[in-house]
Amino acid sequence: MSRLVLGVVTGVILVLPLLAPAYHVLLMLPFMAYAVIVLGLNLLFGYTGLVSFGHALFIGIGAYTGAVLTTHLGVRSLELMLLASAALGALIAAPVAALCVRYVKIYFGMLTLAFGMVFYTFLLKFYRLTGGDEGMQVLRPTLLGQDLGGIPKTDYLVGPYYYYSLAVLVLAGLVMWRIVHSPFGLCLRTIRDNPTKAEALGISIVRYRWSAFVISAVYAAVGGALLGPPTGNVDPTLAYWTHSGNIVFMTLLGGFANFFGPVLGAFVFIFLQDTVMAVVPYWRLIFGAILALVVIFAPTGLMGLVARRRPAEVARA
Amino acid sequence: MILRAEGVRMFYGDFCALDGVSVRVDTGEFVSIIGPNGAGKSTLINVLTGALKPSGGTVRFKERDISGIGPVRLARLGMARSFQLVQVFPDLTVVETLQAAVVSRLGRGTRVFAWLGRDSEVREGALEVAELFGLADKAHTPAKHLPQGDKKLLDVASAFALYPEIILLDEPTSGVSTRDKHAVMEILVSASKRLGIKSIIQVEHDMDIVFGYSDRIVALHQGKVLADGPPEEIRANDDVVNTVVGRKAGAFERGA
Repeated sequence: MSRLVLGVVTGVILVLPLLAPAYHVLLMLPFMAYAVIVLGLNLLFGYTGLVSFGHALFIGIGAYTGAVLTTHLGVRSLELMLLASAALGALIAAPVAALCVRYVKIYFGMLTLAFGMVFYTFLLKFYRLTGGDEGMQVLRPTLLGQDLGGIPKTDYLVGPYYYYSLAVLVLAGLVMWRIVHSPFGLCLRTIRDNPTKAEALGISIVRYRWSAFVISAVYAAVGGALLGPPTGNVDPTLAYWTHSGNIVFMTLLGGFANFFGPVLGAFVFIFLQDTVMAVVPYWRLIFGAILALVVIFAPTGLMGLVARRRPAEVARA
Repeated sequence: MILRAEGVRMFYGDFCALDGVSVRVDTGEFVSIIGPNGAGKSTLINVLTGALKPSGGTVRFKERDISGIGPVRLARLGMARSFQLVQVFPDLTVVETLQAAVVSRLGRGTRVFAWLGRDSEVREGALEVAELFGLADKAHTPAKHLPQGDKKLLDVASAFALYPEIILLDEPTSGVSTRDKHAVMEILVSASKRLGIKSIIQVEHDMDIVFGYSDRIVALHQGKVLADGPPEEIRANDDVVNTVVGRKAGAFERGA
């Protein structure tokens, strides 16, 4: 059943650029970038039991890596942008994670928040490198060595860039699927459920939490790098703490207990935000109310609501 | 001699919880620690399992100093423990819980991209232990949905799945109905033989169980070892009977 759903969804996404208006296809681009980000965030949140309020830091790393590479260093290859983002994300996450994972619950959350704030301020103040609050341009990247500078921007985005993003998302999803079904993934879940017992079984909780944090940061950086090219611009709000809150919201909205929940959450968030913003300028007001409703009435998110109707499916999963 | 604590002293501020305690556990022994509340049993367990660093004295496991080394390294060295208050992974099934222990024992937790479901060694290791503990028919039940007695068994079973040389059981039959206590103990003893666990050390309040299964009994009182010997010697010791065992010592004859 779930395989059928997944197949249909993938099929729809594949043919969407041929059927849907460009406006909606363009909205799929941030969705796919956020889907990569929340897949990573949920390794930390849903599988390891740690809620980070600072992952926008790594989104910022990815987005600015792409910007610096294209504008300052003359590197235009999206492959190199993604690889450099992943590497830099891991490099910065390594010490940040080492400090944060020694704490849990609110202390962990606050520490991640603090690191996010530090990086946000860095982006604002070091304007020679980062352009300060105006941000930086991201020049159109080449895809697989193809210089697509000649075609109109919308054609570039709804065509090659769309499928490139989709390929990255599918690859990221497959890799994450392996990770959560690995012995490593099982150890993460023991730590989430009961750290004392996990340690008694010889599972070193600090090391596993650290690894999960770094992997999630790499995902956030890769997703962040995908966010830049569609708008052609990156700015410090990408690294601001409310942005960290948004991705936690997406994860909660879709349901952190399910592998695909956060991806669904990202989709609903992006399209709902677009719809609500078209009607009222106070989208955060509406979203705040939705978040409250989700937490109170559907703590397992939208996926939880779907699963509750099909108890047999849950039992098998 | 596999585990040896000598002259262990433990202070909490001015309060002396352990005052020069020496205990040893030999290969193949089943040792019970008994004592009234506040005798220092919990502290002694925490010292023996490297969770607490004693204020004085030494704790050696296989000739290595293990004072304060913590649970993870202790498990790697070959000592496992279960808990007085049952510890399970609520959302993990029985087989997943045991798989986690086997993964840890085989050092496969770093395999980030391996497919756990296809690791037959891990699965069979987990199922073997599930069989031994009579949990096989509940293999796919999440721990949170198990009855209390099965949770207790799962806690112990996952420690056994580490194939430790010595296992420390903190009140293995607490919360288990009187009727089932002996059944649980039989499972523990036979499983430890099957899995090659050499020594068992337990803290237990049920004197029926203590006298029925121990090779040796260590009685603690006010942070000191009051007596240390085989069950018949302990039963004949008036001090122990009065402070720890209680008046009805005769009731434990049949257990021995």
